[in-house]
Amino acid sequence: MLGRLSFADIPLDVPILVGTFLGVAVMGIAVLGLVTYYGKWGYLWKEWLTSVDHKRLAVMYVVVALLALVRGFADAIMMRTQLALAYAGNPGYLPPHHYDQIFSAHGTIMIFFMAMAFMTALFNFVVPLQIGARDVAFPFLNNLSFWMTAVAFALVNVSLFIGEFSQCGWLAYPPLSETQFSPGVGVDYYIWAIQISGVGTLLTGVNFFVTIVKMRAPGMTWMKMPVFTWTAFCSSVLIMVSFPVLTVAVALLGLDRYFGMHFFTNDGGGNQMLYLNMIWAWGHPEVYILVIPAFGVFSEVVPAFSRKPLFGYATMVYATCAIMVLSFVVWVHHFFTMGAGADVNAFFGIATMIISIPTGVKLFNWLFTMYKGRVEFHATMYWAIGFMITFTIGGMTGVMMAIPAADFVLHNSLFLIAHFHNVIIGGVYFGYICGMNFWFPKVFGFKLNEAWGKRAFWCWFVGFYFAFVPLYVLGFEGMTRRLNHYDNAQWHPWLLIAEVGAVMIMFGIVCQVTQLYVSVRDMKLAENRDETGDPWNARSLEWSTSSPPPPYNFAIVPHVHELDAFMHDKENGIDTRQAGGPYQPIHMPKNTVAGFFVGAFSFVLGFAAIWYIWWLAVIALVGIFATVIARSANQDVDYYIPAEEVARIENEHTRKLMAQAAE
Amino acid sequence: MAHDTTLSDAHAEHEHHELPTVFGFWVYLMTDCIIFGSLFAVFAVLRNQFAGGPTGKELFELSGLALETALLLVSSITYGFGMIAAHKGEIKSVQMWLGVTFLLGLGFVFLELKEFSHMIAEGAGPDRSAFLSAFFTLVSTHGLHVSCGLVWIIVMIVQLSGVTAINERTMNKLTMLSLFWHFLDIVWICVFTYVYLASMI
Repeated sequence: MLGRLSFADIPLDVPILVGTFLGVAVMGIAVLGLVTYYGKWGYLWKEWLTSVDHKRLAVMYVVVALLALVRGFADAIMMRTQLALAYAGNPGYLPPHHYDQIFSAHGTIMIFFMAMAFMTALFNFVVPLQIGARDVAFPFLNNLSFWMTAVAFALVNVSLFIGEFSQCGWLAYPPLSETQFSPGVGVDYYIWAIQISGVGTLLTGVNFFVTIVKMRAPGMTWMKMPVFTWTAFCSSVLIMVSFPVLTVAVALLGLDRYFGMHFFTNDGGGNQMLYLNMIWAWGHPEVYILVIPAFGVFSEVVPAFSRKPLFGYATMVYATCAIMVLSFVVWVHHFFTMGAGADVNAFFGIATMIISIPTGVKLFNWLFTMYKGRVEFHATMYWAIGFMITFTIGGMTGVMMAIPAADFVLHNSLFLIAHFHNVIIGGVYFGYICGMNFWFPKVFGFKLNEAWGKRAFWCWFVGFYFAFVPLYVLGFEGMTRRLNHYDNAQWHPWLLIAEVGAVMIMFGIVCQVTQLYVSVRDMKLAENRDETGDPWNARSLEWSTSSPPPPYNFAIVPHVHELDAFMHDKENGIDTRQAGGPYQPIHMPKNTVAGFFVGAFSFVLGFAAIWYIWWLAVIALVGIFATVIARSANQDVDYYIPAEEVARIENEHTRKLMAQAAE
Repeated sequence: MAHDTTLSDAHAEHEHHELPTVFGFWVYLMTDCIIFGSLFAVFAVLRNQFAGGPTGKELFELSGLALETALLLVSSITYGFGMIAAHKGEIKSVQMWLGVTFLLGLGFVFLELKEFSHMIAEGAGPDRSAFLSAFFTLVSTHGLHVSCGLVWIIVMIVQLSGVTAINERTMNKLTMLSLFWHFLDIVWICVFTYVYLASMI
């Protein structure tokens, strides 16, 4: 009846998990209780969970990303604490069985559910507004993508309390991840979480590709597109080309496990290196999928806070496209030790080094944008400058490892761990937080508290160096990744320093939570309000509408004359909004429950398949098909906002703008 | 009246540049193409890993395959007739041609399953060797796509019954299904040549 699921799979013997479960349960009940107490279920369901509005989906993605950040960071600090303790006679507090799940979950969660969700949030919020569109090309699919991501994240977290998670690292290399060596449900949780969220990500890629190609405002030619939109475009292309490969690689691993096939097994002619090639043919583009939008954020933030146009717009675009193409010819540098031979390794090593050229172009563009600019040292700008320093160091250690001979020494050592955290925290994370500080007033109509923003930055920035520079040293001293215990006296002090760094980063996260709390508390204060919709005197179209934007974004679709369309209009006295109308009824998509149900059925399908509960899996699969078919038959999918309503909203905003101007 | 005009104006503008549905579906198909591309690559790597088991030469039978191929290719033509009828607005004719396409597709899936069950009965199932894993996965991924297409065809036939005219949304769906169906045909031609013919030489 319940497949291989039994009461013994609930880990009641692990106090850490029981404690976590109690904590989560108490918090969960508190949240549910508050929603019930305030009678907000209807509001939550109608206005948020079933919403197809890209702005609301963006907020929900950020919620998922921040939850994932907390979960992923909890894993991280547990690992650091284990390694600070587990020296010589002390085994530490995490047995290998548990420790291995933690590092696997940490990587999986941080990449797929923190970084990807945060990136999708930025796409969702910014891209339609920047190109002067009223929504994305496929609003329903956008909602569906969100739910696929959310339920996949839920699945990973369910593995904490029912069964176990993968112990094979975040990419589940075979043969370790094959049934022979990992007979439990951990790898199956991993497979289903990746596949379900992969569907969501792929649809996101298609959605934003089509949105950017087809839905730009009149006059916005390719070379008048804001850089963030360019980076979202390149990132979407990378998603569309690389995620299918991930889907295939993980599906084949699943076929090995479920049907006893021999793609990657030790016997039957399987080939493990086939998996590695495929997973990295996705994996390397993936890191560019994440970091290119971060570059886009900086390209918006640095000009806005330097009071200058971006230096070298065209080179920025070409550099982004060059990185997009080159990211597909470097994947072998993740396993030079495979033994592909000197020629192959040399090719991939050189291709890897070449990527640093367009990246360098970008860096100089940002520096020259700041040069002779009137730089405002806003908290947002702190993240941008911190990025430039940190990412450059990370890039240089990357070029070091691109030398195949050096990589044979550094492969799988903590030097590698330090390198990719250096670029992912310093590039991706700093970038997304920078973007959050920048666009927050546009989303909610009030600014984030700056003092707490700066405190968060300093904790993260300094904490990062304390946490990861020791890992570079340890890599040179020969410490490999994923160790649970060590006897080398030389390593111990460095691991203690890294633990201090992790604690500092924890304070950074605490500061960020405080920043959110303080900002919400003070949201009514006049100096925090954003009544004009343009708090930073910025350059692109999203700042031309009100904060928060109305459901339809633009009452009259703006006409674009120049790059930095809104700044051009401001400087030439053109009213981008064309306030006063005449307004027309606006065609909008209706909210839908279909995305939620497909997501919920996918969750059930994944859970049932993990535990071999086949009858339930069949029901869930039928449910998915039935929901999609019902949605396809539904003709009532859109509505009109009447012109009078549009005029009322717009006149209200015009009145506020006038009041501001009068002050 | 004036209000109606405004509405239809807004709608016209909207249709003009807000419904890239077919383009979006085509882009999605290209990602599907990469899935097939990856499976072909996997087959290329594993095609000689017989692990002491049967080879393609011993297993494949050309006569059944020729019939399978013929059914699928003809089904593309019949779908094309259906689209011609759709453009003319002849709903009954569209349903008829979709029905013929469905039967041909069903015949293809039936023959494929027959081939599979025959192989499995001979002990040449997907768990026998890496070659057979790659073979079954590639061919059945295509077969699964065809089966989804069959479900989609039924849905379209049902959705078309009871309507008097084909609106834009339905036309879009027929066009997308058309792209999907022809795409599967092209993939099959690659499967037929690269998996079957090349293994028999």
